[in-house]
Amino acid sequence: MIKEDKLIWMYQTMCRIRFFEEAMLEQTYKGNSMGVTHPSDGQEAVPTGICAHLSDNDWIGSTHRGHGHCIAKGLETDKMMAEIMGKYTGNCKGKGGSMHIADFSKGMLGANAIVGASIPLAVGAALTAKYQGKEKDSIGVAFFGDGASSQGVLHESMNLASIWKLPVIFACENNQYAEATPSWYAVSVEDIADRAASYNIPGVIVDGMDVFQVYEAAEEAVKRAREGKGPTLLELKTYRYHGHFHADQTEKYRTTEEEEEWHKKDCIKNFEEKVVQQKIFTKSKLNKLKSEIQKEIEEAVEFGLSSPLPPSEVLYEDVYVNYSNDLKGLR
Amino acid sequence: MEVNNSNIGPGLEVNGQEMRYRDAFNNTLRSELEYDKNVLIIGEDISGGFDKKTKEPLDAWGGPFAATKGLVQDFGVERIMDAPISEAGFVGAAIGAALTGLRPVVDLMYFDFTTVAFDQLLSNAAKSRYMFGGQTKVPLTLFARSGSGTGHAAQHSSAFYSILAHIPGLKVVTPSDPYSVKGLLSAAIRDDDPVFVVNDKKLINMTGFVPDEDYRIELGKGRYLRKGNDVTLVGMSYTSVVCKEAAEKLEKLDIDAEVIDLMSLSPLDEQIIIESVSKTNRIVIVDEDNPRASMASEIAAIVSDKAFDYLDAPVKRVTAPHTPVPYSKGLEDEFMPDSDDVVQTVKNILDI
Repeated sequence: MIKEDKLIWMYQTMCRIRFFEEAMLEQTYKGNSMGVTHPSDGQEAVPTGICAHLSDNDWIGSTHRGHGHCIAKGLETDKMMAEIMGKYTGNCKGKGGSMHIADFSKGMLGANAIVGASIPLAVGAALTAKYQGKEKDSIGVAFFGDGASSQGVLHESMNLASIWKLPVIFACENNQYAEATPSWYAVSVEDIADRAASYNIPGVIVDGMDVFQVYEAAEEAVKRAREGKGPTLLELKTYRYHGHFHADQTEKYRTTEEEEEWHKKDCIKNFEEKVVQQKIFTKSKLNKLKSEIQKEIEEAVEFGLSSPLPPSEVLYEDVYVNYSNDLKGLR
Repeated sequence: MEVNNSNIGPGLEVNGQEMRYRDAFNNTLRSELEYDKNVLIIGEDISGGFDKKTKEPLDAWGGPFAATKGLVQDFGVERIMDAPISEAGFVGAAIGAALTGLRPVVDLMYFDFTTVAFDQLLSNAAKSRYMFGGQTKVPLTLFARSGSGTGHAAQHSSAFYSILAHIPGLKVVTPSDPYSVKGLLSAAIRDDDPVFVVNDKKLINMTGFVPDEDYRIELGKGRYLRKGNDVTLVGMSYTSVVCKEAAEKLEKLDIDAEVIDLMSLSPLDEQIIIESVSKTNRIVIVDEDNPRASMASEIAAIVSDKAFDYLDAPVKRVTAPHTPVPYSKGLEDEFMPDSDDVVQTVKNILDI
């Protein structure tokens, strides 16, 4: 039985991701974010159910579709919104943007825009934990999608983590599409979890639309990692409600019927139905919890909009810790 | 101790000994492992096999080019981590470890294998600090063996320093003798940025004087291997040896060459180059890399931009041709820039 405060955290985290993505898209369409954004709404149960077991000492690697991972790992939505708007108050001073949000103080190794490239970073974080004898308190989680499941570096990473018995979880969010390409075309197996067999690690298929099932599967994988038993591959079957990026038109490659089928499994709606039915929370309690998050996201947008842009000298900062040559361009 | 680079050479009165480049390298790895318990080495075959029954490492080769010989016995498999052949995977893991508190050193065996891990190097090692707004640092060292002349052919002989020096966020050093490999490797490992230490295969069995004491060479500083007035010869890695040899041949022709060993390609000691050219008024840059967009071209551009008024002759480059490295001995010899090529180029610009 999941404790009440954890349930509240899970509900609010899913709502926070949903509302953040919706607000983020609105701001993007208004021209207030400065580039390309990849919304993760629909997939909220995955980072929520997994990060429910993690603390700031645990590390996650993330993807171009990383806002949900960041929020579930505890990053502040106001700084995130500011980062997406290219503001100096953002997590990365406005230098990273939507695809590179990071917060090392929260164990967030950074969203990464090269598909699959953050996977070995989470393995490396797990290596640090094992090397320092801290694996009970510190594990790595690599979030990636069905597209990355065909990247060589994932397979290298799973092999490494297996032979070195590292405390890491490979969390594959199979949202059915890599850009517009369906996984039934691009992936050689029906279930990506089957790929774990090659690396002699458990591969578990999980309903990624059901936060309770994600929570349960992650609990086992996290336990295994903390007990020094090595890595697990979780395949979380899920769906992104929006397109690959903010301006993507999904009707060009997905059917309305398919989209409606997945919407029926909506993680927030299903959570609400379950907890109300089981009399854990009342509808009005849920509404109250939800409205707190609505308010937070409105404030995050306000914070982002009212924040300053980075001063021009920031362009030259943070390339190196120290470097003796001038970094300015030749003019 | 921090060494004043311009003072290194004959007449340096410190205790030390003659040793091979590879031994200076191995000794430095050992002392850095002793100095900081967060230092670990990751690479293919660095444990040299394992006993099937006891699982104990065998150290059959002492690692590629014997760089890590004896280390696994003394520091254990936890710190001398033998990796499967998956460069992207273990370089990525090393970056992840560097981001989370360790100070990994990666043996990439041949310099050519860098490309297998290139995405990790470019997209993660070099860019993390910047794109995350300075939240983190990447104290990672990589080393590998470059260069032609050993019959290793096209895919085991590259010297594409310029590809790495081009990348903001990475540092690149090219030791040229046992003295500099000790000082640069130690500095690289203790540096908080990712540093690539390129070792030319032709240097590995070379002997030279190495001071006993603990020292580091400042990254981004070149040194004079020889002072002279008539022409500046600029070398990096093995071509510094070529330049010294050329200077000796030129001396017999009454030409007084000054030789600069860059030691570090990124950051680059522009000052020492300009200082020298402003005195000699002529410069020949010697680079074993392919000529297009090379370090030689970069230095030529810097000299024409910042020392134009001092020049009495065109800036000359002596480089490998724009071809891959061939296998057959005669072709490979033709590929490599040698001291005769340098001498001829100097004679050309002096109209001799």
